[in-house]
Amino acid sequence: MSVARAAVLSSVRRALGARPSASGVEARLTEPPPGVIPARGRNDSVAMFLEGAARVGTTVDRAASAAEVPARIAAYLAERNLSTAIKLAPDPDLRDLPWAEAQLQTREGRGEDHDTVSVVQAFAAVAETGTLVMISGAESPTTLNCLPDTHIVVVHSRDLVGAYDDAWARLRARGALPRLVTWITGPSRTADIEQEILVGIHGPRRLHVVMIDDGQA
Amino acid sequence: MDATSHTFSANARTALADVKLQRALDRLAEGFPARRRDAVARLPEFDALRDAAVAIKDHTILNLDRYLERFEAKVLEAGGRVHWCRDAAEARATILSICTRAKAKSVTKGKTMVGEEIAINDHLAANGLDVVETDLGEYIIQLRGEPPSHIIAPAIHLSKDQVADTFRKAHGTLPPARPLTESRALLEEARTVLRSRFLGADVGITGANFLIAETGSTVTVTNEGNAELTMTLPRVHIVLASIEKVVPTLEDAATMLRVLARSATGQDVSVYTSFATGPRRPGDLDGPEEFNVVLLDNGRSAMLEGELREMLRCIRCGACLNHCPVYAAVGGHAYGWVYSGPMGAVLTPALIGLDPAKHLPEASTLCGRCEEVCPMRIPIPKMLRHWRERSWQRGPSATRSRFGLAVWAFVAARPRLYRWATGAVAALLARLATRGRFAWLPFASAWTGTRDFPAPEGRGFVASWNRGERR
Repeated sequence: MSVARAAVLSSVRRALGARPSASGVEARLTEPPPGVIPARGRNDSVAMFLEGAARVGTTVDRAASAAEVPARIAAYLAERNLSTAIKLAPDPDLRDLPWAEAQLQTREGRGEDHDTVSVVQAFAAVAETGTLVMISGAESPTTLNCLPDTHIVVVHSRDLVGAYDDAWARLRARGALPRLVTWITGPSRTADIEQEILVGIHGPRRLHVVMIDDGQA
Repeated sequence: MDATSHTFSANARTALADVKLQRALDRLAEGFPARRRDAVARLPEFDALRDAAVAIKDHTILNLDRYLERFEAKVLEAGGRVHWCRDAAEARATILSICTRAKAKSVTKGKTMVGEEIAINDHLAANGLDVVETDLGEYIIQLRGEPPSHIIAPAIHLSKDQVADTFRKAHGTLPPARPLTESRALLEEARTVLRSRFLGADVGITGANFLIAETGSTVTVTNEGNAELTMTLPRVHIVLASIEKVVPTLEDAATMLRVLARSATGQDVSVYTSFATGPRRPGDLDGPEEFNVVLLDNGRSAMLEGELREMLRCIRCGACLNHCPVYAAVGGHAYGWVYSGPMGAVLTPALIGLDPAKHLPEASTLCGRCEEVCPMRIPIPKMLRHWRERSWQRGPSATRSRFGLAVWAFVAARPRLYRWATGAVAALLARLATRGRFAWLPFASAWTGTRDFPAPEGRGFVASWNRGERR
C-alpha cells in the first residue's frame, strides 16, 4: 500500500470529520437506486429512437429479417457510391448472412486503417437519445467502431430499450462489464474551428443503422 | 504552465483590444447559450435531473473515501492498476514511470483538464517522449504553445485563418500552396496527420469525466471519437482523474450524463461516451494490455473542508463560462491559468494559491448567471465572495481603498456627520460642474477615464423627505 494512497485517504477522512458509519454506501452499490428517467426514455419506441438518430445525422434503414440485411447494406453503399468491400465483425449472427448474394466482399477481423466500411452488431439501442450501445469483445472489436469512414451498425428491434438505465440492467444481467462499453450517438464530429459543426474528424464520417424488425423486447 | 493570473488587469486589457478574439467571443455568446436553452426546453425533467445529480454528488462527496476504495478494488478486480498521487509532481512522475516501463516513445492524448493542471505534456516532452494531443482544439493549441481558453472548447479564441497559419508552420512536409481557407480542409489535414499518430502510439492518456465505484469504470465523453482511438490502439492506457470524479453506480453516471452534454454544448448526449473497465480481455482482438488509473488529489481534499466543498460537485461542463459576461468580454486566457470563467475564478485560488490568483474572484459582477445555469447548482457567487473576504482579511490591498473604506465606515456610522458631509460634497460638486457633468475628477479617474461623471442635482433623499417632498 503506497504512502500516497494512505495520505490521500487520510486527508479526505480528516476533512470530512465524524460521519455516520455506513450512510447508505453499501446499499447504493448492491442495489443501485433508479435514476430520474425522462418521459422520452420510458418506452422503447422506435419513433423516439428515429427522432434522436435523425437529430445527430445517423441514418436508419429497416430490414424485415436478418437475411435482408446484406441487401439493405448493399443498397446503402451503392446509393452513396461507397466501396462494397466490408470489414465484418467476427460475429456468428452476421457471419452466415447472404453477403455474397448482395455482391458484397467481406473480411472478418478487427478494424484497420485501410478499412473503409465496417459492419458491427450493437448490444442495444436506446430510444431516449437515439443512441447505440456498443460493447467490446471477441465478436465486436472496438476498432471497427472508430477507424473506418463508414460505420454500419446492425441492431435488432428487440434490443431497443427506452433509457440508458435499461441498457445497464441488460449489461448487468450479462455479467461483468466488457473492457469497453461505448454509447454512440451520431458520426464523429467537432466544432473546434470557429464553432462550425463538421462531421468526420477522427472516426466515422457516416453512421448508418440497419434495424431488424423482429418485435419488441 | 506558469500562471499569469496575477496580471489579470493587463491580460484583460490586451484581450479587450484583440479584434479577432472579440469576434470569436461574440460567436461563443451566440452559440452555446441558445443551444443549451433549446436542449433544456426539449427535456421537461431537466430540473429534476439537476436535483438528482446534486444529491448524487453530495452523497458521494460525503463518502468520498469509501467510494474511492470501492472504485480501486473494482479496477484491480478487472485487471487494472490504480496509482494514488497527492500532487501534480507525484502524478507527473507516476505517468512518466509508466511510460518508461512500457519503453514508450510516442504518446497520444485525449483532452484532459487535469492533464493541463499538472502540465503533463511538458514533463513527458522534457523526458524525451513524443506527445500529441488528439482533440482537434487541443491539437491546435498544442501546436501554438498556448493553454486552453475554454474548458470544453480549448481553441475557441482562434479564427480559421489563425488555424491555417498554425498548420502551415507545423505540417512543413505538406505542399505549401495547398488551399486551407475552408474549415473542411483544415479538418481533413488534422485527420490525416493525427491518424498516423494514433496508429503509432505506444501509450494513450485520457482524462475521465466520471469514475464509477460500482464497476471500476472510467467514463470519457467526446464528440470526435479521439478518446476511443486513444484508449484502444496503444499498448498502454493511462486514465488521469482527480478524486472528486467518482460517482457510485452506472445509474448515477447516467443521471450525470443526462445533464452534462445539455449544459455544455446543448447536445442531448455527446457523440461518444465510453466506459472503460480494465485492459483487453482474453479473446479480444484489440484494446490495451495495460490499464492504469492515476488518482490525483492535488488540492481536492483540502477543498472538502469548509466553504469550497460544493465546488467539488463541478462536472466541468463550461456552462458558467458560456453565460458569464466577464468571460464573454475577456475570454479564457485573461484568467491566466488552466481553468477560466466563474468556475476558474473559484478553483484557481484553491489550486495555485490565493495570492497569485486574487484578482480572479474580483473579476465578477456577481450577477449570478453562473449559478442559474450550473447543472450542479454550485453557489459560485457565494464562493467568489468567500475569496474576496479572504483576500481582504489577508490584506494588504491598495492602501488607498483601505483608507477610503475606513473613512467611509467612520462617517457612515454617524448619521449627522454623514448627512452634513454628503450634503456639503454634493453642493460643492453641483457648483463646480460644467453643464451638469465632470470630464475629470480627482480620485475618480477610473470612472472619468472612460465616461463623464454626472454632477449631483438638488438635495439628498433624507433632506427631501424631511421637507415633506414625499412623492
